Amino acid sequence: MEFALSPDQIAMQDSLDRTLERIAPLDRVRQIAAQDTPTAPDVRAALAELGAPAVLVPEAHGGLGLGVLDAALLAETLGRHTACAPFLGPALAALALDLCGSEGQKAVWLPRIASGEASFGVAVSEPASGARMAAGVRAENGCLSGQALFVIDFADAAAFLVADSDGGLHLVAADAPGLTRTALTTIDRTRALGELVFGNVAAERLPDGDSRAALARMRDVGRVLLAADTLGAAQKMLERAVAYAGERQQFGRVIGSFQAVKHLCAEMAAELEPARSLVWYAAYAQDALPGEATLTAAHAKAHLGEVGRFVARTATEVFGGIGITDLLGLHYAFKRIGLDRQLLGAPERARRDAAVAQGFIDA
Amino acid sequence: MDLAYDATYKAFREEVRAFLRDHRDRMPRRFGHRPTDEQIAWQTLLIDHGYAARTIPKQYGGHGAAPDILKSRIIAEAFAEAGAPGGLANQGISMLVPTLLELGTEAQKTSLIPPTLRGELVWCQGYSEPGAGSDLAALKTRGQDDGENFVINGQKIWTSTAHAADMIFCLVRTEPDAPKHEGISYLIFSMKTPGIEVRPLLTMTGAAEFNEVFFTDVKVPKTQIVGGRGQGWFVANATLKHERGMLGDPNAAHARLQAIIEILKTETLDGQRLMDHPLYLDRLMQLQARVIAMQANGLRLLTAAQRKEAPGMAGLIVKLQGCELNHQLAALAIDALGELGVLYHGSPHQRDGGVWQHRYMFDLGLIIGGGTAQIQKNIIAERGLGLPREPKLAKA
Repeated sequence: MEFALSPDQIAMQDSLDRTLERIAPLDRVRQIAAQDTPTAPDVRAALAELGAPAVLVPEAHGGLGLGVLDAALLAETLGRHTACAPFLGPALAALALDLCGSEGQKAVWLPRIASGEASFGVAVSEPASGARMAAGVRAENGCLSGQALFVIDFADAAAFLVADSDGGLHLVAADAPGLTRTALTTIDRTRALGELVFGNVAAERLPDGDSRAALARMRDVGRVLLAADTLGAAQKMLERAVAYAGERQQFGRVIGSFQAVKHLCAEMAAELEPARSLVWYAAYAQDALPGEATLTAAHAKAHLGEVGRFVARTATEVFGGIGITDLLGLHYAFKRIGLDRQLLGAPERARRDAAVAQGFIDA
Repeated sequence: MDLAYDATYKAFREEVRAFLRDHRDRMPRRFGHRPTDEQIAWQTLLIDHGYAARTIPKQYGGHGAAPDILKSRIIAEAFAEAGAPGGLANQGISMLVPTLLELGTEAQKTSLIPPTLRGELVWCQGYSEPGAGSDLAALKTRGQDDGENFVINGQKIWTSTAHAADMIFCLVRTEPDAPKHEGISYLIFSMKTPGIEVRPLLTMTGAAEFNEVFFTDVKVPKTQIVGGRGQGWFVANATLKHERGMLGDPNAAHARLQAIIEILKTETLDGQRLMDHPLYLDRLMQLQARVIAMQANGLRLLTAAQRKEAPGMAGLIVKLQGCELNHQLAALAIDALGELGVLYHGSPHQRDGGVWQHRYMFDLGLIIGGGTAQIQKNIIAERGLGLPREPKLAKA
């Protein structure tokens, strides 16, 4: 019985933290965010160097074969640095391939995901969040038609992993004939989101295993990783706010000595610390407590969505006017948290899923 | 990270479960401000088996086991699972005993700890005063040295169980000329000492959960002190640290959540289960996430304690967040019950004995007591985040 990170986990997280500190400081984030498409080959290469894309790939296919908690710690660090690099997409694609891919598909794709050579976009928004504007993908005779919105890690993708409306999973090459790709620009310029329109596009189905179960696992793990991303971004915002409150002077005192300001900081910390415990627990549950996986993932996603929003606005407020400027750059984390909140099920949707998972209501 | 118990602990859990199965008929059914005879007998049985006063040395009436945080947790879990009353957890046992063990004389330990543990000696705590709440060190109850005794005059408030207590542990200003934190002594004396008057303090719940205690020329021998003269503030802080651990327990929140789930499953509105009303369901799920978060936070604290590491921020937030969460849970039960939620005082149709309104009101007291929410935020910001203290006002 032990509920703490292992020395290896702490070391892995530290090493990513130090790397990002070095190669993707705020100035670099600002540069990346000014591009039309959020991509950063240097950051992506550094992540590959550290083995980040290999975390959830089994060892037999060239990966590290680690768990969701390890992946969550990396996601937290990426959030902390508002890092621009595909992570969620390849991680979820690796899970799907591992669970439902044919031996051939695994042999082709998993080693390339692990090495960072091939990135994946994942199109699972409709099953995970619900469909907007009649979006949805139909599979017929090995071809896909329809529309998938809010595709994650859209920009660098060599291929897409697409869920159809019957719970089937498919591989689609990024340059497949009949596939129309449109980037969607969000408040968060550090991550690439997009839309796929399928005009009878040839796709490779993932033929083995239970694809609905795999899709549920993608949704659950994706929710945990997004919650972890928010945790990292929010923790960084809190730290910056506390540092500022400890040095900024008004009325002849540092503002952090005023209880009005000090209590805002305390409230952020008081909300964030149990949220961290929840993220750890949910991440651990994905591998170790299958009966609690869907429930805890939904709760982690919803709760971090709420706590993240509270910290994002409160930390900004501690800074006063400078908080809303690009000069300070706090807004990158604010927007990161804003995007995390909506993806793969916003809080209301995730909470409903948590209730369904316990049999409180019907799906 | 690994939340499974190993074989030794699994065996221990079976042992506790077997004990509870075998002794179901000995479990007390009547409870009082003073432990009833049934409670005292149960407590004695628990100490013998190591399920109460587990780590307190044998010579002071405890079980004398080596500290093992996991075993303590397993005991608590097994008792909760069986719906069995656990060992007594009054202020004497939870606060005075650890303080005496840390700072008491040998004579104090031998004479006072064993009957306190058994439940025969009941204590109350004399800390707060009408003019000394959050600023406890401003207390004014004075103990004048007459050579042999401290002669005590003044008033205490928020003294729960004072009407039932045999003894009081009490903060008294014995060194009026010393700086505020250095003039206080920690005295222990009988509540039967002449000159003590206890008046019940009726609160908004309709019950007198607290008392006011008045002292008029109460003579206490100078030997009845814990720690030295003027060291009471230091001694009291040792005690308070034990008190804060009692408030904000996530298992209480978990039990409360389960009861609300039952309400939402069984109560109806316009013939429809409350669970099928999206707004109540959404609030329930919001609070469930918080309960799971606090339970996971408790697991972190458990591992930290096992490793003898400082709990850090995860520990500092427990009182603030835990008490607030319990309060919000009571609020949800009331809201979901609608008009049924305000029935009280044994009214027809009252639900769960009126406990949700009682908790909603009583828990507001817990948010305030034991260090107010605002004081907790100061502690989190200053000790946890390193923000500067409020500058002291210039002396007028």
